[in-house]
Order: sequence, then C-alpha cells, then structure tokens
Amino acid sequence: MRLKRLGATLFYALALPVVLIAVWFLATRSGTNGFTPEPVKLVQTFFQTWIGPAFLEDVVPSLTRLGLGLVGAIVVGILLGLVIGMSRFLRDLLEPLLEFFRAIPPPVLIPVLMLLMGIGDVMKVAVIVIGCMWPILLNTIDGVRATDPVLRETARSYGIGGLARVRYLILPAAAPRIMTGVRQSLSVGLILVVISEMFAAVSGLGYQIVVFQSTFKIPQMWSGIVLLGIIGLLLALVFQRVEHVVLRWYHGLREVENGGTR
Amino acid sequence: MAHADPVETGGPLLPVRGVQKVYSSDNGDVEAVRNLTFDLARGEFACLVGPSGSGKTTLLKCIAGLMAPTSGEVLLDGRPVSGPPKKMAVVFQEYGRSLFPWMRVRENVELPLRNAGMPRAERGPIVDEALSAVGLAHVPRSYPWQLSGGMQQRVAIARAIAYQPEVLLMDEPFAAVDAQTRADLEDLVRAVWKRLGVTVLFVTHDIDESVYLAQRVIMLSSSPTVVQEDLRIDLPEERDQLETRGMPRFIELRHRVYEQIQLAKRGVRPAAELAPAG
Repeated sequence: MRLKRLGATLFYALALPVVLIAVWFLATRSGTNGFTPEPVKLVQTFFQTWIGPAFLEDVVPSLTRLGLGLVGAIVVGILLGLVIGMSRFLRDLLEPLLEFFRAIPPPVLIPVLMLLMGIGDVMKVAVIVIGCMWPILLNTIDGVRATDPVLRETARSYGIGGLARVRYLILPAAAPRIMTGVRQSLSVGLILVVISEMFAAVSGLGYQIVVFQSTFKIPQMWSGIVLLGIIGLLLALVFQRVEHVVLRWYHGLREVENGGTR
Repeated sequence: MAHADPVETGGPLLPVRGVQKVYSSDNGDVEAVRNLTFDLARGEFACLVGPSGSGKTTLLKCIAGLMAPTSGEVLLDGRPVSGPPKKMAVVFQEYGRSLFPWMRVRENVELPLRNAGMPRAERGPIVDEALSAVGLAHVPRSYPWQLSGGMQQRVAIARAIAYQPEVLLMDEPFAAVDAQTRADLEDLVRAVWKRLGVTVLFVTHDIDESVYLAQRVIMLSSSPTVVQEDLRIDLPEERDQLETRGMPRFIELRHRVYEQIQLAKRGVRPAAELAPAG
C-alpha cells in the first residue's frame, strides 16, 4: 500500500518533466542553432562548469549572501513586525507608509544602495535584507493584530505580560502569517542576489551568467540558469520541512476544523 | 469614587460596590450595567443569572479586572481590583479559543505557574493533581484541539485550579457543550469547589443549572442592569443530578428564579431600585 502510494507520488512528480525532456531532446537533435541548449550537452556542461573550483568561487558566495540576507530580513521583519503590530498607535501611523515602500520593486534599491554602500558584499546583503523584509514585516503585523481576543484576555487574566506575552502568546499566534511572509521572501531573495551580482560583482552566480553570456559560452550560461532553478527548489523544500515542524499545531488544528468531526 | 476602608477579617471576600459600566459608541452611550452591589463571602458558590444581554459578561470582566467599571468598584481581600488579581482565575465560555493551540494539554495547564516563576519541581505535582482532578491525567501530551469540547473545557478548568486561586470566575463555561457532558462538568465543578474551598462565581443563562450548582443565585434585571433578586438555595449540600433535581424544593426554587427572570425580561424593575437611595 505504502509502496503503491510512493510509486504514485513519484509518477506525478516525474511524468511531465520526463516527457518535456524527451520532446526537448528530439527537437534539438539536429543541433543547428548554437544558442539552443541540448539536454545531453547541458548535463555535461553543468558538471564541468559547477563541480570544482567554480563551486567555491561563485556558488558559495551567492549562497552566503542569500543566507545572510534572508536571516537578516527574517530577524528584522519579525522584530519590527512585533513592535509595530502590538502598538495601535504605530500601526495606524506606519501602515500606509509601509504599504508604499512594499510597492516599490526591490531591484531599484540596487543602484541606490550602490551609491550609499559601494559595490561590496555589504551592499548585496543589505539589498536582500531590505527587499525581503516587506512580506515578513507586513505579515507579522497582520498576524499580531489578528491574535484571538479571547486568548489575549486569557493571558491577561493569568498575569502573562511583557516578554512572556510575546513568547507564549503573540509570537506563536502570529507564526502562521510569519511563515507565509518568509515563503514569499525566499523567491524575492533569490531574484535579488542574482540581480545584485549582475550589476556589480566579481563573483557569484549572477556575475558568472553574465560573463558566460558576453563571452558566448552559451551552454555554460544555460547551466547556470538550471543551477538557479535547483537552488530555488531546494530552498522551497527546506522551507517546507521547517514549516512542517514549526506549524505542526496549526496544520493539525486546520485539519480538525475542516474535518468537522466534532 | 469613594474608597472603602479595607475590610476587616471575617468580612466579605469580594464586595462589588455600585458597579456601573457605560460603553461609548458612535451611536451614543450604552449603559450595560447600571448599579450592581453584592458581596461574595469566602468559600461561597454563587450563580449569576439574567436574561440575555443583561450584562453578565460585562460584570464578570469588571470583577476579573479585565475591564474597568465606569463607576463603582470591586474589592478583593479589601484591595480594589484594578487589573487581573493574582488570586483569581477565569474560565471562559469559548474553550476552543481560550486554550493555547500551540501548546499541549500539560503545557497549557502549566503555563500560568511557569510564568509566575514557580520552579519546575514544585509545579509538576500541582499540574498532575489538577489534571487528575478533572479526569484528564491520561492525555497530557495531546493538543487541546485533538480533544472533544467537554474535554477542552476540563483542561481550562484544570488550568484554573492549578493556578490555586481564591476566586474562580466562570463565564457560561458549559453553554457550548452537549447536555450529557454538561451534567458531568457541573458535578466536577461542585467537587472541585468542595475540595479546594475556593469562592466560585458562576455566570449562566440556564436556570436549572444555577439552582443545581449554587448556594446562592443572584438574578440580574434586564439592561440597564441591577440586582433583581438575591436568593439563597437551601438544598442539601450533597447534590445528585437525579435526586436533587427531583426534590420539591428544587422545583420551587427553580420556579422562583424562572419567575424573576421572566419579570426581568418584561422590564419589571426590583422594588429596591424604585425606593429613594440611602
């Protein structure tokens, strides 16, 4: 039974990619156009290009910037979100402004921050922090505001206040919304790391892809794009695992509520 | 607002003095509670009944220190209540929204003690005892939402008694559970009250429930609320769902409360309110 289910999962996950790759293989078999990637060549190029020194020189720096930026955005977004969300005054004062800042496409930060901070790693991490912060910040504010009033009164009647209130009530109550914000920020982060490296860098995936393109190393360029796709996918998988653990109670609660068995 | 002198020992544990609550809204002020005065003695079990919309919950929140009255005051042990007092615990009607869904049963019961800084070794036995007092010693690792409604309310009661309050406030705690569970929970609350010697103020809209549970039933008028009647329940201390409810005296008392509530619904005010003050 279990095996059968695993088989079905694998089938649905792989069927369409296999078909697409087969079509792609057949369509590019004649190989006349030099700009079109071919599957076999792409796989070979992928390993040649990225396994070895390039991994340390370009992939690791990109991932480090992305990691630092995301952690920074999560910390800043949640802290600011808690402070703003818990104060009616700050919420009313800041929310229109925050919506405005959120509406600005984050990549335009890059030229601005280049002027302010130069073209180093600090600038790139700052771009990711600032760009990824918005969905986390706004979702945290919403989550804090939506904390159940009965739960708030319960905490109050038991004298749970101050930091204990944040730890036992506000933060867990906002956690589902916070995780929604984090999920949105992951894709923004990947976009920003690549673009910031395309603008001004001497290493990184974005930088290498531009170099490959301008030196007509077309298969290498494509392999970089594939690598970005893989990184995005892995990021989403890691997030899913973390979310599953952090929000176990929430998914259980939803299931019970939707099941309506009681 | 006049400050009453601290009550000498032996006086009422919880005097409620001229409590009035006016809500201001865009459509003008609404007087939910006009003038409520009564005393709760230490160790007493009192039920508060009244027609719906009579401000029962408002009053309870004022007593619990969750809401400040517009005028009047509530005293606990001689001290005015200005915020939730340490020696008071509240059980809300909405059990599903009053338990922390991200904490297991045991953690929920333990949280107020942990927050108060009680060492783990000390709170462990207290939590165990509270859980077994409500018959839930077997599910400490479950989440509240995995339990039935009645069991969730038991968890909330366990949390309240683990907090070791002097006063237990209950706001229509059984309004949302089925009749069978309700009878069990009524007997449970009576048993807990007897064992711990706490003072219980139990808000309900169910007349039978109020007469069955309490030593005293305080009936409220319709809004703006005053005390309609304060009735002593002189039933034997040992209560039984079948026997007690079948007693002629139970039926008389029930009759009396029912009548008063009907009068209150029709807007008949108690004679005391019409008499000149003082």
